[in-house]
Amino acid sequence: MTKKLTPLIEWGTLLLTTGLVCFFLLAILWDLISKGSSSLSWAFISTSPTDGMTKGGILPAIIGTVLLTLITALIAAPFGICCAIYLNEYAADSWLTRIIRASIRNLAGVPSIIYGLFGLALFVQGLQMGTSLFAAGLTLGLLSMPYIIITTEEALRRVPNSMREAALAVGATQFESIRDVVLPSAVPGMLTGLVLTLSRAAGETAPILFTGVAFYINKPAGYLNQEFMALPYHLYMLSTQHQATEQVRPLAYGTALVLIIVVFFLNLSAFYIRYQHSKHE
Amino acid sequence: MSKTHIKLSATAAKLWFGNKQVLKSVNVAFPQNKITALIGPSGCGKSTLLRCFNRMHDLSADVMIEGDFLLEDQTLYNGKLSATEVRRRIGMVFQQANPFPKSIYDNINYGLQINNIPKDQRPGIIENALKESYIWDEVKDDLQKPATRLSGGQQQRLCIARAVALRPEVILMDEPCSALDPISTAKIEELILRLKKDYTIVIVTHNMQQAQRIADQTIFMYLGEIIESGNTKQIFKKPVNELTKNYVKGHFG
Repeated sequence: MTKKLTPLIEWGTLLLTTGLVCFFLLAILWDLISKGSSSLSWAFISTSPTDGMTKGGILPAIIGTVLLTLITALIAAPFGICCAIYLNEYAADSWLTRIIRASIRNLAGVPSIIYGLFGLALFVQGLQMGTSLFAAGLTLGLLSMPYIIITTEEALRRVPNSMREAALAVGATQFESIRDVVLPSAVPGMLTGLVLTLSRAAGETAPILFTGVAFYINKPAGYLNQEFMALPYHLYMLSTQHQATEQVRPLAYGTALVLIIVVFFLNLSAFYIRYQHSKHE
Repeated sequence: MSKTHIKLSATAAKLWFGNKQVLKSVNVAFPQNKITALIGPSGCGKSTLLRCFNRMHDLSADVMIEGDFLLEDQTLYNGKLSATEVRRRIGMVFQQANPFPKSIYDNINYGLQINNIPKDQRPGIIENALKESYIWDEVKDDLQKPATRLSGGQQQRLCIARAVALRPEVILMDEPCSALDPISTAKIEELILRLKKDYTIVIVTHNMQQAQRIADQTIFMYLGEIIESGNTKQIFKKPVNELTKNYVKGHFG
């Protein structure tokens, strides 16, 4: 009896857990789509807010978030990837390397509001950048770097040593073997890490709170040295800080839906690059 | 008969992994255009010795190597030869076929490219290398196919082609057939025998029959030392040392 029952219980538990996770995911999506899709329109994503945020679109916030994510990527990816290459391919396994690696892992666990305060102190005040898109991008870049280092290192570690040896054996230098063989093999893993990190960065509110985000700008969006609007902050303001939260609720849902769609496209592009890559394997 | 020309040699070769001494003063000489088999139980240091000759230990942090390693009369370590030059002149085929995740063509082209071989010569060299490695007929219709889609035996022959394309003087083979079926193994052995006229070959093998089928000279290693070396027939038929006798008879391994 128990012989028959235990596998069923084990299987059932696993299925139930998976189902529960999927249920919450779908519930969130359903809530967003059902309440937000009504406010989605071409005008919503192509115009600026008007009438004290109660009407109009969210174009500046979209531009702000897209540019912010781009700056984050441009800052975090090169440094993060180079750092990971050094740690995984060149650095000897010494106590110093272990301390550096442990520090990077700890950095990944630092709450994002701390990065916000650090960005305020260093970029906004220390380096006199003022609250600006660039200062916020640098702050988010710092926040993202540990994740990119960790995921890139993981991807590099998965490239079998036999690949490195094969390149060396035909006369490649260590640098050539990394550039031509190791990195191309690690691209799918690196890309996944990069996109997950950027998706997270795109949705962050705390680090940009003190470093450049604004509730409303009446100038054209997209200048590096000026304050900007961003989707997550816009959403936060609409749902909690607005004088008429009930009235702008549909706009808030619409904003959330747009944020999800932006992140979804980010993931889609990574999926596409991975697919292209796997065709050549 | 003239004395055989020694192509590659090591004198008083010692190697440590950290505190563990893996090679204990090894003296070996590999004659030109001959196949030398390195045999011995697992962990005896034969692969470690092989990898000294193309400086594959360079990247491992806690390896220490002593002794004189010579290609002709040029020293492999701390001499005029750079590590990349050594590896170009002393090719290697590994235990597991390790083609790059690139096309068949690019697998061979890569070595030519980084060794600055003129572009217009490459297609000819690639075709020759594939022919020399007896895989041309199987792949000539689709050289752009990913190398990883070839069978294990084909992949290993491609790796041999990749090595011979650079016209090395010596080819080191680290148990090249251990992951292959008997038919693929037979093909590779035939290939190795044919390569002998152009290259000096050193092969590590666990397969006693294989050593007897292809090697001119056999070296038996045990616990980081060379116990006995000589003509393959003599090593297998009339071994002098008691350990060698037990090993080739299959009493331990």
